[in-house]
Parts: sequence; structure tokens; C-alpha cells
Amino acid sequence: MPRVHDRGGRPDAGPIDRTERELSPWEKRVDALRGALGSRGLVRADELRRAIEALDPETYEKLSYYERWIAAIEALMIEKGLLTREEIDRKVREDDT
Amino acid sequence: MHDHDHAAIQDDPQPTLYERRAHAIESLLIEKGVVTTDEIRRGVEILDSRTPTQGARVVARAWADAGFKARLLADARSAVRELGLDPGASTVLRAVENTDQAHNLIVCTLCSCYPRALLGLPPDWYKSLSYRSRAVVDPRGVLREFGLELRPEVEVRVYDSTADIRYIVIPARPAGTEGLSEEELAGLVTRDSMIGVAKALDLTHPPPPPSPSGRGRG
Amino acid sequence: MTPKFNIGDRVRVRVGAPPGHFRTPAYIQGKTGAVEAVHGAFPNPESLACGGDGLPAQALYLVRFGQTHVWEGYCASPKDQLLIDLYEHWLEPV
Repeated sequence: MPRVHDRGGRPDAGPIDRTERELSPWEKRVDALRGALGSRGLVRADELRRAIEALDPETYEKLSYYERWIAAIEALMIEKGLLTREEIDRKVREDDT
Repeated sequence: MHDHDHAAIQDDPQPTLYERRAHAIESLLIEKGVVTTDEIRRGVEILDSRTPTQGARVVARAWADAGFKARLLADARSAVRELGLDPGASTVLRAVENTDQAHNLIVCTLCSCYPRALLGLPPDWYKSLSYRSRAVVDPRGVLREFGLELRPEVEVRVYDSTADIRYIVIPARPAGTEGLSEEELAGLVTRDSMIGVAKALDLTHPPPPPSPSGRGRG
Repeated sequence: MTPKFNIGDRVRVRVGAPPGHFRTPAYIQGKTGAVEAVHGAFPNPESLACGGDGLPAQALYLVRFGQTHVWEGYCASPKDQLLIDLYEHWLEPV
């Protein structure tokens, strides 16, 4: 049984949506953040992939590409003790007000 | 107290949950000195600076110069460097050539590996679950969706980029282009032709119309 | 580190589902192909993914498979090929 990220040859794959768009600024910043963390040796490409693959299947299939990235980066930051879930939640609430 | 650019939180009048989370994570990491605002800004600039133009230059040179093409096929990383271009962080870059007998198609079924240094950011469709699924099992169906029909005598070769090797397709040089300058040749090389879902632009035929499922370009 | 396989060697992909990160797609496991290229030694992504050093490095190969062999009911063209980069520890000689 292939894991959720292992997509080759799935029988239920539909037509390909070929809509073109520019990435939104937040997505570019996530990409740049990943690069910065990588340059500093804090997050390897293989670790990011592992964390994306560890998302529960429903989340993986529902989230957009960069949403998966930031979900994985969050998990890795917490795993490595650089951030806690609580302080991220608190910061989101602060930013909202 | 934020010592960084507030603009990010105004990206979108209704930032989504994940966008808000991304902003919070970025802010915290900057506050703690894990990363800097400058690094992020530079990273975005680099991202924006990479376009398929770089890859098109490589292909145009390969079309114009047989010696360069041979070197490109043997060691793409070194060949790309000859042109003063950055082949990217990946240790190995491999160029695969389309001919009358063979047509190549690139995919990453497990994630979205792509030769970003030469092509810029991948389009959404390349990263889509559908493309990742169908490119390996139904490449001709995928090509048909992109408007390209290949005869059964042509060998379709699908590369699944499962490791650190990055692949780029050298599309076949269109007929009747002998008199063109390298710059003009580069103008015929589209991003899609370097992924393998299209041929290079042809002087005598317009590009195929996009299929109803999406507005293709490039 | 000397690669075990040479260009042209026939290899079979092992079947497995290790608990962590690995880069051998399920669809190619158990299939037989031919070595198309030897890329050299690379750190093992399975180890790198969990903060390991990726050692011992593994030889990485480009392996070519006939589409009609990989997929039951592949009827587009008998010439079509599928090429995948696979690490040595996932390959066995045929």
C-alpha cells in the first residue's frame, strides 16, 4: 500500500489542471525560509520531505503545495526545539489582533 | 514588537490559516535570530530571478554547437557553467535529448524535484497529484492533454526524479531554423519543451491550443 | 566505494516499506530493469531524513524499465521506457 506522497500510477488520477499563476508573496517567503534554514544546516531537503510525508493522508491531499511545506517546517521547528506550538499559536493570535 | 517588514501580513485581504501561520513562524524565527529578514528577502529575489530563459540559452547553444551538445549530454553541470550559468545546488544535472526516435518526459512522483536553477519555479501542474500520478503510467495521455500526439514508433522515455539528479530535456530543433541566431533559437525553447510536455515552438506551425482543462502557456 | 552494478546489468528492485523516509516508489518495487547509468556515490537519504550523516554512501543508478513490464495493461507503445534513479541497497542482481 503506497504512502500518501507516493503517487506514481494511482488509478484515480484525473485531468491535469494547467492553470498558470504567479506564486503569492507568502508562498515565496516560505520557499525562501526553507532555503535560509537549509543554508544554515537547520533543515535538510530530506528532512523536509520526511516531514511532508509524515502529514496525515487527508491533510496531505487537502493542503496546497506550500501549505504542506509550512506545515512540515512547523513540525520540524518544534521537533528540533527551535519553536514551540504554544508560542506559534500565541503569535498567530497576536498578529490577528 | 517587530523589526521586520509588516507587508507580508497584508499579502492577501483574507490571509488563510496557513498564511497566518507562515507569517508567525517567520516572525518568531527572525526574532530569535534563527534566520534574518535579509536572508528571506534575498531568497525571494533569487527565486524571482530564475526563469526558463536560462535553460533556453543552454538548449539554443546545444542546437547551434554540436561540440557543446556532446559536452552537455556527457556532463551537463560543467557544460552549463561554460555559459556562465549556475547549474544549481544539485550535484548532478543531466540533459536528455529528444530525437526523431525518442521523446523524454520528466516528473517527480514522490514530491516535485525540478531543475529550478535553469527553469525557475515549477508550474502548479508539475507539482499536482494528477501529473505525478499519470506521467509515469500514462505519459502519452498526459502529452495528448498538452496537445502533443506522438507516433507509436517514437520511444517515450519518462524520468522519475527520485534522487538528487535533476533532469532537463533538450527538445528537438525545429525544422527550417538553420539561419537563426542563437538568441532567436532560444526564443523557440519553451519551459514546457524542457520538461517534455511540448515540442519547441515551430516557425511554420503555431503552438497547439490549450486543452479545455486549463489555460496552458510557456 | 565500488559500485556493485555496471551499465547494462539487469537488476530487480527490492520490495519494502521501511518506517521512515525512502525514495523507492511502490510502483517500481519488484520490477526488473537494466542499469542505464552509474551516477556515483551519494549519501543515503533514509539516514539524512532523520538527522543522520547519510553514511555509508550508496551508489546511485539510473535504471531503465520497459513500460509494458511495469504496468499491467500498458498498451500505448511497446517501445516506451521508464527511468528511475535508485540506490544500490534497493537493487539485487538478476
